[in-house]
Amino acid sequence: MAKVAQLAMLELSDEELDRFTGQLDAVLDLGGRLDAFDVADVPPTAHPYGLTNVFRADTVENDDDVRAEALAAGPEIEDGRFKVPPALGEAL
Amino acid sequence: MSAESGHVVADGQATDVSVADVASAVRNGDRSASSIVEDHLSRIGELDDEIHAFTTVVADRAREAATVIDQKIESGEDPGPLAGVPVALKDNMCTRGVTTTCSSKMLEQWIPPYDATVVERLSAAGAIVVGKTNLDEFAMGSSTENSAFGPTRNPHDTDRVPGGSSGGSAAAVAAGFAPLSFGSDTGGSIRQPASLCGVVGMKPTYGRVSRYGLVAFASSLDQIGPFTRSVADAALAFDVIAGHDPRDATSIATAYEPVGPHLTDGVEGLRVGVISELCRQDLEGFEPAVVERTSRAAEALADAGAKVDEVSIPSVIAGLSAYYMIAPAEASSNLARYDGVRYGLRQPGQNTASMMAASRTAGFGDEVKRRIMLGTYALSAGYYDAFYGKAQRVRTIMIQEFEQVYQRFDVLLTPTSPCEAFRFGAKADPLTMYYNDVCTIPSNLTGQPAISVPYGTGAEGLPVGVQVLAPMLGESDLFRAAAVLERSLEGSVS
Repeated sequence: MAKVAQLAMLELSDEELDRFTGQLDAVLDLGGRLDAFDVADVPPTAHPYGLTNVFRADTVENDDDVRAEALAAGPEIEDGRFKVPPALGEAL
Repeated sequence: MSAESGHVVADGQATDVSVADVASAVRNGDRSASSIVEDHLSRIGELDDEIHAFTTVVADRAREAATVIDQKIESGEDPGPLAGVPVALKDNMCTRGVTTTCSSKMLEQWIPPYDATVVERLSAAGAIVVGKTNLDEFAMGSSTENSAFGPTRNPHDTDRVPGGSSGGSAAAVAAGFAPLSFGSDTGGSIRQPASLCGVVGMKPTYGRVSRYGLVAFASSLDQIGPFTRSVADAALAFDVIAGHDPRDATSIATAYEPVGPHLTDGVEGLRVGVISELCRQDLEGFEPAVVERTSRAAEALADAGAKVDEVSIPSVIAGLSAYYMIAPAEASSNLARYDGVRYGLRQPGQNTASMMAASRTAGFGDEVKRRIMLGTYALSAGYYDAFYGKAQRVRTIMIQEFEQVYQRFDVLLTPTSPCEAFRFGAKADPLTMYYNDVCTIPSNLTGQPAISVPYGTGAEGLPVGVQVLAPMLGESDLFRAAAVLERSLEGSVS
């Protein structure tokens, strides 16, 4: 469970890990009921209507300049860019 | 309202008005949009402290928009089919310049730089947004108890939940805060709260309504739809928002046929199947009175000329198992974007990775974390085929079973929710809460449309809804049956 929390980028306390483990086991048991189905020759469904690979022309349809509005949502901005703490050099 | 009554429904109040009547009164010049909006703002101001349907009320913007409509009327311009209709939007639909919180600390301050397509279409039709409504955080839940800003109360009994996740939108319509609201439905999040709050709630065919600007939860399941106090109003609203949108790559391009003209078609000869697996009284959490209401609805349709029969769809119960693999898996992927970099909450960290983990940990509530954990596990190396892959294949089996059944039937009937509105805290165990969705989940997995229609009350005197299901793009039959059910209750003892 601790490994899953790390993959999900969540910091969980021991109490949370314990509690979630029990609850997730119960849901996975529910998921186990799917074993009753033979799916060997059944394709998976991704889009219920069967749409695949929708393309559009590579043209600009909206030239509103929302750069300032979009940047305004950022927690830390510098020179028109999103700023983060150091990304290299230290492992998590 | 009086504190002891705990009952705040629209019946007989100044704001107990239909979408159709408001629009026609405004269009004819009998009422000004401004006066309609004032009525609703004043009811919200009086009563929403008690109900907490809204996360944000945009009174000033609503007044400005109403003035624009009134000016259009004065100058002879067409103000649109929903002229002056107050509308409430679930707070996971992007509204330019107005916070879109998803009822999460993560997005508490987030102001989108664009409007969702649904918001654009409603505004173009003359509707007036009065506020954003409360939800279970990121639409994950069936009671609105998972909102980071506190729960919404059921207008029929304020000691009880309104359902969820679109609980605020359902409560807003039931309480008379707006005649029209919108929610999103991933596993029943429109239909279940509609049932618990005694209003109409509809989930369109997957791909029928654009999701551009809807904050994503589970992308292969999410769909936007309306809440109203009547079937005709739901049809009117659906006709405004439905249709292809090139900005949503999952949007269906097939030409849209309005459902409005079919409302009075009746059900003579319509083949109605009652799904036997979902109408049994021995299923976990099913209240006998709720199943009884579904039987009455089947009788009413038969009385109106429909051919009603029982039908078995064996895979339908497994829907719950498939859903709780698929939805958390897609959620864990969709919610990876909340990392404290471009928007949302940021907590300090020594490096980027620790900043991201700290931000996510502080920004998400318990249920969201639980589902992200589950989804991350279900998608992780070595487990993908056993969980997500398998669930997507069972989904195909379910679709095939429904398609076969729809060769013999035009629409299907089930309860919407297995129970009436429950008390706060009554379903604290996550799995008990998940069982609530057993009747609504199949339509999300198959992508097919469904509607919940209020059909009297249950053993505790609270609203009970029945659900009509139809095949892909079968909305006109859905509305035909729903309209007949609604009429069958008029004048009868519910």
